[in-house]
Amino acid sequence: MQIAVCLKQTFDTEAKIKLTGDGQIDSAGVNLIINPYDEFAVEEALRLKEKLGGEVVVVSVGPAQVQESVRQALAMGADRAVLVSDPAVAPSDHSQVAAVLAKVLQSEPFDLILSGWVAIDDNAAQVPARLAEKLNLPQVNMAVKIEIGGGKATVTREAEGATEIVEVPLPAIITAQKGLNEPRYPSLKGIMQAKKKELKLLTAADLGAELGASQVKILQYSLPPARQAGKKIEGEPVDSARELARLLREEAKVI
Amino acid sequence: MIPLTEEQQMLQAMVRRMAREKLKPRAAEIDNTGEFPWDIVELFRENGLFGIHFPEEYGGSGGGVVDLCLAVEEVAQGCSDAAVILAGQALGSKLILLSGSEEQKRKYLPRIASGEFIPAFALTEPGAGSDNVSMQSRAVRDGDYYVINGRKIFITHADVADIFTLFAKTDPEKKARGISAFIINKGTPGLGIGKIEKKMAHKGNHACEVILEDVRVPRENLVGAEGEGFMEAMKILTTSRPVTAARAVGLAQVALDEAVAYAKTRVQFGQPIAKFQGIQFMLADMAIKVEAARQLVYNAAFLADRDYKSKEAQRASSMAKCFATDTAMQVTCDAVQVFGGYGYMREYPVERLMREAKVTQIVEGTNQVQRVVIARALLED
Repeated sequence: MQIAVCLKQTFDTEAKIKLTGDGQIDSAGVNLIINPYDEFAVEEALRLKEKLGGEVVVVSVGPAQVQESVRQALAMGADRAVLVSDPAVAPSDHSQVAAVLAKVLQSEPFDLILSGWVAIDDNAAQVPARLAEKLNLPQVNMAVKIEIGGGKATVTREAEGATEIVEVPLPAIITAQKGLNEPRYPSLKGIMQAKKKELKLLTAADLGAELGASQVKILQYSLPPARQAGKKIEGEPVDSARELARLLREEAKVI
Repeated sequence: MIPLTEEQQMLQAMVRRMAREKLKPRAAEIDNTGEFPWDIVELFRENGLFGIHFPEEYGGSGGGVVDLCLAVEEVAQGCSDAAVILAGQALGSKLILLSGSEEQKRKYLPRIASGEFIPAFALTEPGAGSDNVSMQSRAVRDGDYYVINGRKIFITHADVADIFTLFAKTDPEKKARGISAFIINKGTPGLGIGKIEKKMAHKGNHACEVILEDVRVPRENLVGAEGEGFMEAMKILTTSRPVTAARAVGLAQVALDEAVAYAKTRVQFGQPIAKFQGIQFMLADMAIKVEAARQLVYNAAFLADRDYKSKEAQRASSMAKCFATDTAMQVTCDAVQVFGGYGYMREYPVERLMREAKVTQIVEGTNQVQRVVIARALLED
């Protein structure tokens, strides 16, 4: 079974994001990690490979530093990787990213394409759907369980307030939701082997991807407003309870 | 800092994450229950951490003292009890790795590298701590066996160990050159585990009494030549002192991080205490010491990897051990001070860090012994 995993490098979940004067993200000194949802996808691919055999290929788009995250996936056990590193691809333009990924995924046959359902940095959840469209493949979103058999995938997915079980023919694109698995750490042996594994660096031109001008431009980011201090209601219990009820009704509008 | 390879950086990042996600949440609990954390042993097994410093031919991943120090420092930032497990695996097997016969290496090292076997290092006796040479344990040749009698104390992991590297006198007349090292398997008749000590910290790693009554050990379990075990062990400490020192750096770093975070949020006199210069200078001094300790530790580890028998490596390992562990004591103590009354309470982690730091000044040669070693080298002609 040939499995491709699309992976994005993002800021560490523990990182404290700072902005520059012109409203851009200051990435200096910020630790970078594999997008946690993509990490679930890597883990799932490895488990499927361990069960069914085959190969896991990690595919990513981004600057040269993404190699670190790709190597980490290789250290976890992925077999090889393709990284499209090209300043012409704007990371914020999901159409361009999907176009490039599609080219890579068309260059060899895959039975299954996995990724996270969303990246924790821009929260866009755009790329997998665009990819499915470009590759003309069925897509299942937010999987919490994946079973493969008889050329089909049976996927338990999270729906609003419920779970849904769907079946799709392979090849298909399935995106991972939290709860799908608990990703392994790259083992020490894996780390030692990671450097020996193939990591192919390509440009958009190498793939013959036609990008055109980027359609999306980030104008500026702004931080959420600081949390207001809580309100303290003082006085006799009878009065303060009455005041609390009034505030919940009139200000917070929850009762 | 010495330059790290890409693999070493990955190892560091992996262990840092593991420490944050799996080890840190267990630290206070282990301190409370005093139970040996088998779950952490299993975690280290799964991820190959026990094999860091073993050559690949013995099932390890071919790293050295630097790699082990990187891992132990990160583990200690999550849970010092867990760092003791990792460091103990190295100490308990180093003599076999560096002085053992090929047969001994093939028999034991792969099982230690995988974490299947937990080793214990049995040197200290009731009357022989820093003065190891006055040990009373006696090994007498009897045909193809040695018969060992004696008593060891404070032996970490004795209650869970599968094998012991144990020292006993084969020729009492010759003092240091009359002490030999043996591998003793768990369950050997006459080998008894006595009382488990009640300790200040690291309560998950039990320090036990080991009693030897006519324990018959086959000759092939002698490590190195007869009478050379102790001298070899002393040299091997050059490779293990940086590891204890790395644990101390981890403890000091986490104490500093806790103190900084607390100082930024604790408000007194209408402002965070971090705004007071008195606190700022404390934090700055703590940071300077931690960084200086770290540099000494990795320099010592680097020299130990290059040639652990060199005088340069020995001196560096004693300096690193002494400075880093004194630093851990000072910095954890200052962290409690920054926390004020809360720091004294068990609800916050810094009092535990302070208790954990103390033992690093004592084990693997007290810091007084380290100073003796350093001074001796300075004064010799």
